[in-house]
Amino acid sequence: MVTIYERKPGLSRRELLKRGGVGALLVISGSAIISPEHAWGLETSALKPETMATLIQLARDIYPHDQVPDKYYAIAVKGHDEMAAKDPAHKELIEKGIAELDKKAGKGGYRGLGWEEQRVALLTEIEKTPFFQAVRGGLVVSLYNQKEVWPIFGYEGESYSKGGYIARGFNDIEWL
Amino acid sequence: MAAQFDLKNDGVVVIIGSGAGGGTLGNELAQKGIDVVILEAGARHEYEDFINDEWDSFTQLAWKDKRTTSGDWRVAKDFPNLPAWIVKSVGGSTTHWAGASLRFQEHEFKTATTYGKVKGANLLDWPVTLTEMEPYYAKAEAKMGVTGTNNWPRLPGNNNFKVLKAGADKLGYKECHTGNMAINSVERDDRNSCQQTGFCFQGCKWGAKWSTLYTEIPKGEATGHLEVRPNAMVIKINHDASGKVTGVVYADKDGKLQEQKARIVAVAGNSIESPRLLLNSQSAKFPHGLANSSGQVGKNYMRHTTGSVYAIFDKPVHMYRGTTMAGIIRDEARHDPSRGFVGGYEFETLSLGLPFMAAFLNPGGWGRSFTTALDHYDHMAGLWIVGEDMPREENRITLHADEKDEHGMPIADVHFDDHPNDTAMRNHAYKQATALYDAVGATRTFPTPPYPSTHNLGTNRMSEKAEDGVVNKHGQTHDIKNLFVSDGSQFTTGAAENPTLTIVSLAIRQADYIAAQMSAKTI
Ligand SMILES: Cc1cc2nc3c(=O)[nH]c(=O)nc-3n(C[C@H](O)[C@H](O)[C@H](O)COP(=O)(O)OP(=O)(O)OC[C@H]3O[C@@H](n4cnc5c(N)ncnc54)[C@H](O)[C@@H]3O)c2cc1C
Ligand code: SF4
Repeated sequence: MVTIYERKPGLSRRELLKRGGVGALLVISGSAIISPEHAWGLETSALKPETMATLIQLARDIYPHDQVPDKYYAIAVKGHDEMAAKDPAHKELIEKGIAELDKKAGKGGYRGLGWEEQRVALLTEIEKTPFFQAVRGGLVVSLYNQKEVWPIFGYEGESYSKGGYIARGFNDIEWL
Repeated sequence: MAAQFDLKNDGVVVIIGSGAGGGTLGNELAQKGIDVVILEAGARHEYEDFINDEWDSFTQLAWKDKRTTSGDWRVAKDFPNLPAWIVKSVGGSTTHWAGASLRFQEHEFKTATTYGKVKGANLLDWPVTLTEMEPYYAKAEAKMGVTGTNNWPRLPGNNNFKVLKAGADKLGYKECHTGNMAINSVERDDRNSCQQTGFCFQGCKWGAKWSTLYTEIPKGEATGHLEVRPNAMVIKINHDASGKVTGVVYADKDGKLQEQKARIVAVAGNSIESPRLLLNSQSAKFPHGLANSSGQVGKNYMRHTTGSVYAIFDKPVHMYRGTTMAGIIRDEARHDPSRGFVGGYEFETLSLGLPFMAAFLNPGGWGRSFTTALDHYDHMAGLWIVGEDMPREENRITLHADEKDEHGMPIADVHFDDHPNDTAMRNHAYKQATALYDAVGATRTFPTPPYPSTHNLGTNRMSEKAEDGVVNKHGQTHDIKNLFVSDGSQFTTGAAENPTLTIVSLAIRQADYIAAQMSAKTI
């Protein structure tokens, strides 16, 4: 199960900021990644929390949607932590992949690169690797198959229980 | 009451698969008082159980057993283990299908004659003509409740159709309407009319769309002459010393092997599984597989020349609302080699939900070029291209050399290379569709590559002469009198039209033939 805390994290905002942020938004504390702005946190069990934080950034760089909050990217990559807990080979694939990415990025690591273009340039270099393929392949389902993100894209989902669209705008287009 | 037949009952007709071909044949025979056992690999889900959710529905209904791919088609790269998007469930792919029901054009039964020699294409005329098929098409349309026939009104146009129609008008296309759909536009046959739910591909929870699951099958069962046995995966067809088939071996729901005896066997597992089964039934007498003296079993695999075009507008469309495929332009379906290819294609409205759009718009794609398309999902319109592709011997289903499924049956490999005619047709269609949406003010268009095959055809083809194909004009194998093929794998060529109406028409016709042969005691 994905553990996403909806409540305020135990640490004060000041304390969190002192510990150093992930980008501007995410904070790492113990084995958790916390978003002080949005009051959610994510606990890792097998992967390093720093790795998870980078994965979240990586997910956003692969499928950037500025209107989609980090929380959904976190849910989307959380499965890698669960898989890593069960499968050492998967753990190595992810940890090594992230470490190499950080190395390529130089001082400050992947998350230290300020512009999306800089990060994307690195991703383009590793696009063919099993690491990138594993992250991207899973993400296309785990991100877009979250019912909570559908309204952000204007997709209404299930419609049978509402009687279909026969009286709810199946032919309401007006601008043609 | 549904019948129950003994495994040793060798008087029954055994049909393998309960989809468009098998489900229809089963009911037609049962109506004539002939005892039938349909063996179906999938489970039975009734229409209340369908799920309005793309991935969950896929998990519930789709054929997910591993297959492999080869060839230059893009599906082999993007979906190496999912060459086809078809169903393993009672009702077969008629649970997933969209309902577009078109008759073939006259010349499409005579492609070798009409198109002449096309290099690298294994064209052949069908041994039947449109004139011979017409009465059966009429029966199929009446059975399936096809809109625009028998005075049934066409469906109302949804938003996606309205965009298509506006573009068609601008381009001067003449034949554009909401299609001939096997979907109730009015209540009939004790079933609902379409409620514009927009989940036609996920199984129609209203039962408005024709599917053998809740039409042919219960009607056949009501005669007391039909038994449908779900979770029964056939792995071999047996024969006797004289070469007549005698029964089939299947794995039951517990994986235990059973043998069902039979007087006649009809194979209707769709165009990948049917040849796989014939090939796997090889024996000392038939070392290359059953009914394969021509060597054509598994060859000439066709999947239609397909592709989609999606377009973004500056104002909302909500294409996903309403019937998925009720919209068609038929002007390009003609044979007109001046366009640079033989045969023709149809444009049909299509929409995918957000999860499938993300998976299929540009498989493997990522970054802003990809995501900004999805950002405007509710401003998108879309259409599907479906055109005639060329049969080629090299495009074929084979048994995998070493990989086997859970029952020890070799898995299928699907090899496909596009013929230059397919590519020329697809590019023409991309250009026309882009122009169509541009004419309505699209700000961006996406020529989208083919999805895993939903139309799978041709791998046990019909031929006049035994050396050219696998079955005769009634779907009876040239080699074995009491062995039939009853699905889309019979198709000699693919035509531009969606295949199911023709599959159903052939099954109705085949039932008449089987009944006549049985009473004449020739089989
Ligand atoms: C998403 C989608 C949309 C479509 N839309 C349209 C459309 O609008 N118009 C149109 O004409 N067509 C459409 N089609 C295609 C249509 O569904 C097929 O052409 C048609 O159902 C094929 O009929 P069939 O009898 O050959 O096989 P199917 O209907 O696929 O039935 C085959 C059955 O055989 C079973 N089976 C296979 N092997 C075995 C075995 N060894 N033992 C036991 N059982 C076995 C399978 O589980 C399956 O249930 C669509 C298909 C899909 C997937
Ligand atoms: S749109 Fe109509 S045919 Fe399609 S699923 Fe809904 S009710 Fe059924």
